[in-house]
Amino acid sequence: MSYIKYLTCKQCFNQYPIEPLNVCELCFGPLEVNYDYEKISNTVTRNSISNGPLNIWRYQPFLPVSLDNMIDIGTGFTPLIHAKNLGELLGLKNLYIKNDSVNPSYSFKDRPVAITTAKALEFDFKVLACVSTGNLMGSVAAHAAKAKMKSYVFFPTGLEKGKIIGSSVYGPTLISVDGNYDDVNRLCSELADNLKWAFVNVNMRPYYAEGSKTLGFEVAEQLGWKAPDHCVVPAASGELHTKIWKGLIEMKDVGLIEKVNTRMHLAQPEGCSPIVKAFNNQESQIIPVKPDTIAKSLAIGNPASGPFALQTLKTSSGSAVAAPEEEISECIQLLAETEGIFTETAGGVVISSLRKLVKNNKINSDDITIAFITGNGLKTQEVIEHTVKYNQIQPTYKSFEQTINIT
Amino acid sequence: MSVTVRIPTPLRKITNGLDKISASGSSLSEIIKEIEKNFPGFQSRIYDENNQLRSFVNIYINGEDIRFLDGLESNTKSGDEVSIVPAVAGGN
Repeated sequence: MSYIKYLTCKQCFNQYPIEPLNVCELCFGPLEVNYDYEKISNTVTRNSISNGPLNIWRYQPFLPVSLDNMIDIGTGFTPLIHAKNLGELLGLKNLYIKNDSVNPSYSFKDRPVAITTAKALEFDFKVLACVSTGNLMGSVAAHAAKAKMKSYVFFPTGLEKGKIIGSSVYGPTLISVDGNYDDVNRLCSELADNLKWAFVNVNMRPYYAEGSKTLGFEVAEQLGWKAPDHCVVPAASGELHTKIWKGLIEMKDVGLIEKVNTRMHLAQPEGCSPIVKAFNNQESQIIPVKPDTIAKSLAIGNPASGPFALQTLKTSSGSAVAAPEEEISECIQLLAETEGIFTETAGGVVISSLRKLVKNNKINSDDITIAFITGNGLKTQEVIEHTVKYNQIQPTYKSFEQTINIT
Repeated sequence: MSVTVRIPTPLRKITNGLDKISASGSSLSEIIKEIEKNFPGFQSRIYDENNQLRSFVNIYINGEDIRFLDGLESNTKSGDEVSIVPAVAGGN
């Protein structure tokens, strides 16, 4: 059973039925799912969740789908790791890595896509589609395969090889579009108006976006039913930042955690940081940019949820940080060498931003801090390829001794 | 010859279900004025009370966001394609 009531416009609050709709026809505002929280709080307890499956479906009462069409390829309940080594380097005693790069298709996108696939089946769609900066297309293709649906994935030309192969293997129709993400997004918005497809991040967006709340739920549960002091979250469209916050607030509202004093920090790469710029210049509107960054998974110049990320930053007293491009691959290595976690470029942006937040005294040494690592490094190997050094030896003891200096 | 304007679903109730409209004018604001003449109520759906484009509406001329051009005063010429796209669509 689902506790979903209706869709509401986030801007003018007009209500809509539960359908594949994402835009208010009066003001063009985004639509959001509304739930019967009273019923949820009468149903859900810490115990009922703890006894649930070890995946996102343990939080089903907070999700906009019933379990009838559940598609499970093992998404969610990813490790929350006490990052003692990196913490020691940065001067943080309670630094945790939420390692979401170990989801089935190796990014956090499996969370929203699992939910959207179930909803698409409920709406009787036969085709899943998406516009992607790379991670989403792998997830959509994987879930479509499991759900026996067709999939079409659109992406900007020039994406990393690992992301194209990591989607292609599941059998989608891959469509590389000449242009940047924002160009592809515009095209897909127009296509979604006329095709009877479930475009996960266009006409299915209200349901899709809810999936990212589960990151907030998991972190609170894994910390022993409490909200962290700080979250450092990478931002492309800005949706993830807002939805982690929504997850924490929902948990408080139904009494699962006591309070939320979390500061929601937002991280973007310097070469594509429209949300950071708007926040730091105290603007209420996002001014779009043409992305020029190696962090392709964050290269959205016209972020759909930017205005809401700005609100979340303000409400939670968070900070917005732009990571210098040259620090991204360095920080990928830093995380790998200290914590044994190999992240993609977005993770490098998060670690660089975390370091800056500590330097600027935004985080105290005892604060419980979560760095969200949302994608896997094997997908963006190109950016650290230049750092690879290895020794070539002959299969002889002598060659080993001559080449390798054992100290 | 005129400009082709692609109409998104939320506006099709006003355009009698049309998903494409031809209009003429030398700037985007003129094009919108002309559509308003034929389909009253069109303008108020995409403009706010200060006659500015609503914050959740994006307009493109031949694929270029008008915020990178001259906004509503961007030039249009015969054969151009104008797209009206909800800002909240997409994003990853």
